[in-house]
Amino acid sequence: MARAAIPVRLTWQPATVAATRAETATARTLVLDVDGWTGHVPGQHVDVRLTAPDGYTAYRSYSIASAPGPDRLEVTVQAVPDGEVSPYLVDVAEPGDQLEIRGPLGGWFVRRPADPRPALLIGGGSGVAPLMSMVRAATNPTRLLYSTRSPSDALFTADLAAAQTAGDGRIAVTHVYTRVAPPGSPAPPRRLDADALARVAWPRDADAVAFVCGPTGFVETVADLLVDIGHDPTNIRTERFGPTGG
Amino acid sequence: MALITRGFGGRRRDDTDLPPGQYRTDDFPVLSAGPTPRIGLDRWELAVVTETGERSTWSWAEFTALPAEEPTVDIHCVTHWSKFGTRWRGVSVDTLLADVETTAEYVVAHSYGGYTTNLPLEDLLDGQAWVAYEFDGEPLVPVHGGPARLLVPHLYFWKSAKWLRALELRLDDEPGFWETAGYHNYGDPWREQRYLSD
Repeated sequence: MARAAIPVRLTWQPATVAATRAETATARTLVLDVDGWTGHVPGQHVDVRLTAPDGYTAYRSYSIASAPGPDRLEVTVQAVPDGEVSPYLVDVAEPGDQLEIRGPLGGWFVRRPADPRPALLIGGGSGVAPLMSMVRAATNPTRLLYSTRSPSDALFTADLAAAQTAGDGRIAVTHVYTRVAPPGSPAPPRRLDADALARVAWPRDADAVAFVCGPTGFVETVADLLVDIGHDPTNIRTERFGPTGG
Repeated sequence: MALITRGFGGRRRDDTDLPPGQYRTDDFPVLSAGPTPRIGLDRWELAVVTETGERSTWSWAEFTALPAEEPTVDIHCVTHWSKFGTRWRGVSVDTLLADVETTAEYVVAHSYGGYTTNLPLEDLLDGQAWVAYEFDGEPLVPVHGGPARLLVPHLYFWKSAKWLRALELRLDDEPGFWETAGYHNYGDPWREQRYLSD
């Protein structure tokens, strides 16, 4: 079991918002400058700490969506209705604002760029964020299946199309829409089912590794379906998030 | 003094029972590393294995016939959420170890599906830990660790192994799944022992 190391000394580091990008009506990418940041392994996350003027603090974890690199990283945040931290990050923070981060964290839901095995990445909603980092860093065959309610709910639409084009056949992106399909789409909206998974899954003898990230119900369903269609359970890694009031 | 984030007000609650760095949720989020194992009750078995290899086992019928307790406890996940007043039914680890002879100081909890986590034995004794099989008056569902999970509420919740299969008593400490992936070996939420260096 390959693990990514968590740095031995984990300290809070100041991060400065360098830029923001709207991804959808309710999700935004924050580009963060962090002096001395040495990069991450795709799939890892950071803890974010926000401190109010009276010293009150709030903490959340966010996946890193950018490719690994020094001194800068990107997190993509979905605003949770009535949340405490995510509405601030999506609607209030502007370039120049500062917060604190600690990381990179997580030694299991990671894909090392050097891992030669083909990967099947399956994301639901904003669960695509850590998978976006894997796509951006991919040097080996990678298929992404991305499920959202509608095209307007999908994050990274342009970036995923660009990654597929630049991937020269190495990267394949498939969208699944559960409520509203794009105009002119040959396929009606549908839930992700065994058929849809079987169409993108690697052959059983490919020794593929699957990464599944999304809301709990989505991850449970997809992981069970993968086992049903013959994927080795020990090669399925999951990351889940619930509606935790983030 | 921490750096102030401009424009952040936050939402204060009077949660004096909240360990540092935690926030309160009324949901029950799920965190696990892979697919949820499905274990039929006809095949389910719980084992306690001592350092000399002595093995005590319980079938589902035997296990659920043991004296049960109904703890109501607060639980704290390393991913920063805490949930207050969770209601469980389960067998105290004291009951499972009552007739076990051991000089072990450590335990590795083994799960169906291959997960492991390590704890000092003393943290499982004296009414501090249970093997739980009901949550909120209902059978414990697989996604939350059913048929039965370890419940050690005074440590971060990754120590409360889901889908529990065996408690291995050991003379030495053997780090488990997350403990070898950079997380803290002990995991006390009140001392905020999240990661290796905390």
